[in-house]
Amino acid sequence: MATGEIIHAHAAPQGFIRKYVFSLDHKVIGLQYYFLALIAVFVGMALSLLMRIHMIWPTAVLPLVGEIKPETYLSLLTMHGTIMVFFVLTTAPQSGFGNYFLPIQIGAPDMAFPVLNMLSYWTTFVAFVILIAAFFVPGGAPLHGWTGYAPLSALPTAGPGQQLGADLWITSIAIFCIASLMGALNFITTTLDLRAKGMTMMRMPLTCWAWFITAILGLLAFGVLLSAGILLLLDRNLGTSFYVPLVVVNGQVMGHKGGSPLLWQHLFWFFGHPEVYIAILPSMGVTSQLLSTFSRKPIFGYRAMVYALMAIGLLGFMVWGHHMFMSGMSPYSAFAFSIMTMAIGVPSAIKTFNWLGTLRKGRVRFHTPMLFAIGFVSLFVSGGLSGPFLAQPVLDIPLHDTAFVVGHFHLIMGVASIFGIFGATYYWFPKMFGRMMNETLGKIHFFVTLVGTYSIFMPMHYLGMAGQTRRYSQFTEVAYMQRLIPLNTFITFAAFITIAVQFVFLFNLFWSMFKGPKASDNPWEATTVEWTTTTPPPHDNFGGKTPVVNHGPYEYSVPGAPRDYIMQTDPATVKAH
Amino acid sequence: MGLALLAVIWLITFFSTYFFAAKTWWLPHGAAEAAPWIDHQFALTYFLMGIVFVAAQGALGLFVWQYRDRGTASKVEYSHGNTTLELLWTGLTAVLFIGLNLMGSGVWASERFEPAKAGAIPVEVTGMQFAWYFRYAGADGKFGATNPKLMDPSAGNEAAIGLETSDPAAKDDVVTGTMYLPVNRQVDLTLRAVDVIHSFFVPSMRFKQDAVPGLAIHMHFTPTEVGDYEIACAELCGLGHYKMHGMLKVVSQADFDKWLAEREAEK
Repeated sequence: MATGEIIHAHAAPQGFIRKYVFSLDHKVIGLQYYFLALIAVFVGMALSLLMRIHMIWPTAVLPLVGEIKPETYLSLLTMHGTIMVFFVLTTAPQSGFGNYFLPIQIGAPDMAFPVLNMLSYWTTFVAFVILIAAFFVPGGAPLHGWTGYAPLSALPTAGPGQQLGADLWITSIAIFCIASLMGALNFITTTLDLRAKGMTMMRMPLTCWAWFITAILGLLAFGVLLSAGILLLLDRNLGTSFYVPLVVVNGQVMGHKGGSPLLWQHLFWFFGHPEVYIAILPSMGVTSQLLSTFSRKPIFGYRAMVYALMAIGLLGFMVWGHHMFMSGMSPYSAFAFSIMTMAIGVPSAIKTFNWLGTLRKGRVRFHTPMLFAIGFVSLFVSGGLSGPFLAQPVLDIPLHDTAFVVGHFHLIMGVASIFGIFGATYYWFPKMFGRMMNETLGKIHFFVTLVGTYSIFMPMHYLGMAGQTRRYSQFTEVAYMQRLIPLNTFITFAAFITIAVQFVFLFNLFWSMFKGPKASDNPWEATTVEWTTTTPPPHDNFGGKTPVVNHGPYEYSVPGAPRDYIMQTDPATVKAH
Repeated sequence: MGLALLAVIWLITFFSTYFFAAKTWWLPHGAAEAAPWIDHQFALTYFLMGIVFVAAQGALGLFVWQYRDRGTASKVEYSHGNTTLELLWTGLTAVLFIGLNLMGSGVWASERFEPAKAGAIPVEVTGMQFAWYFRYAGADGKFGATNPKLMDPSAGNEAAIGLETSDPAAKDDVVTGTMYLPVNRQVDLTLRAVDVIHSFFVPSMRFKQDAVPGLAIHMHFTPTEVGDYEIACAELCGLGHYKMHGMLKVVSQADFDKWLAEREAEK
């Protein structure tokens, strides 16, 4: 461990390009990821707004965009899902904050492989550019959804957007997979090899545990998606038949024979379900960190939290079939996948209990990051409890592929994860930029976003129960869906308001970056190692000093201690657990 | 701030629960044999998850308000957790979730593990961009051959699914765009798709199953009430997904026989 610092140290770069563009510094790379995700999330959000408008006013002609056709709606849907899942939920919490804070929290001067780190960022950037390019090619972006089910995704004649747009989509994802594999290797190695003296695994903040386990999930999952994507490209361009049997599209017999559409689903969801945890585990880690810090109380059940993360990671690889209960897969295997899925609810519940246990008998300070952590718990409960409905194959008969599913995964994987990202932003902003964000704007942002997202996604459960299928561009063709239009209209208006308030966040972010009050080194009176260094941290994180860790990560309100927190690097003589 | 947070969390909890409990939007009326069982499992799951939901959100709202920072008046309990409690709620959650699952598995098994009963009426469902076709075997009880090369979607019905007219078994096959079924008689479905994946979703029958190219998937259900029911496509199949709509007409056996005879005569 100690020798690692010497090997991996590199001199502070001079010049703009080496410092801010092709930087090897994990902090700069973390911010690059963060701002890439920030651009991506506003693009993804804009797409969702266009979708919501089209669902309610299918014939509306919009300024700049024109009339949205049903196929355009499906392109928006595909790109919204892909951008949000890959370039926001995977990018910001793990690659963004993980890159910036994993090394500092474990007391390392940088990631284990700085060049690989830079490479993985720029590979991600290329993937993003290729994905966005799909909008601008003839036929436009693909309409096969973010899950890209074959044969729809494999047949260029199956619809507009399925030509070059679909090839770009697959290429983008394949490149993203490569970037994620590089990132995952880096995170794992850094965590195992570069911990400071005294930073045992069981003294790591739960954020580090979450990033570490997420990296392992990424390493195992993205390789499978990469392979699946390459096979899909072969089916599309070289006439192979991995996913396509003999099919007839609009009276034309296609040249494929003997492929299996279910193969794509198995491979995709073998990645896809762990991906859900890749998106949310880092936010779980952040939430644990914030709840403990702002409750001024040690996290309740640290070990249980670590084991729960591991259990979620492990079980996450055994449940992919629950996306396929209606797919034609054997009903017997549905039974097995269902049991495993219910089992994954257990570690999730443990986490929730422990978060509540952390709050209980604490001294809760309502700074904006804490509000988002509390919001995360609420959303995690709400989104989590619709899981046991969908985990039962028999209830998937009415609910699968309805708006119920959309409500479920948006609450838990989308909004809850985003709340983790917001919490992390407000919490670490002072360390990253040396200034404080505005609390009043932060609180407005929080309350409107909380009520707004609930207003958008809770009603989707009702719509799904009533039988509203997902991925319908309008509800005019099916009589029983017509009476659901008023509730859909409500959702659209809630989306307008929720999206509007995100600009308050954006303003706060950039205004505070330049005009916010100066932050001290440890404004939240927190315990973890990043708060021991200067604000913002120097190039090598600790200014030539090497931190030595003497305490666990969440020593708040220790009886007999001189103040209500003991930092991890405080001398061992300070009384602690 | 603590009070505001408590109010917001509790209000969200109240409104969310209210619209579930009031059944303002609920599963559509069930008109199939399995509907009561599926609905019962749904209601049971809803009830148990509802209790957990209200309890967890209630506690969250309460704790943030009760344990808000009140300066020196707040006394923090220094604790790293409680192993007994951890084991207790791990055990309880496991029993709740796994138990719930096992209770629902019986219905799943009866729907999907067992083949259709003898005497069920065979119907072949074919999905294609963007229509459903239904084939009845006719008097011989046998489906004739189809030929991909003969498929002509623009011609509709028999021609759309590429019925091989030279096959004797195909002579009396009837293909329609509207599904007719006799009431209280099980239907033995064969689900096919010719181009991409579609999903045959009949909400009132509590029936949903993907139709997958290359697979012939056998399923069954039993309609129990005469009436008209809507069929939707539940799997994204292309630009016309939202209008891939069909009708199921459940009629008496006599009306069904009459309808089928008329369709045979039309051919």
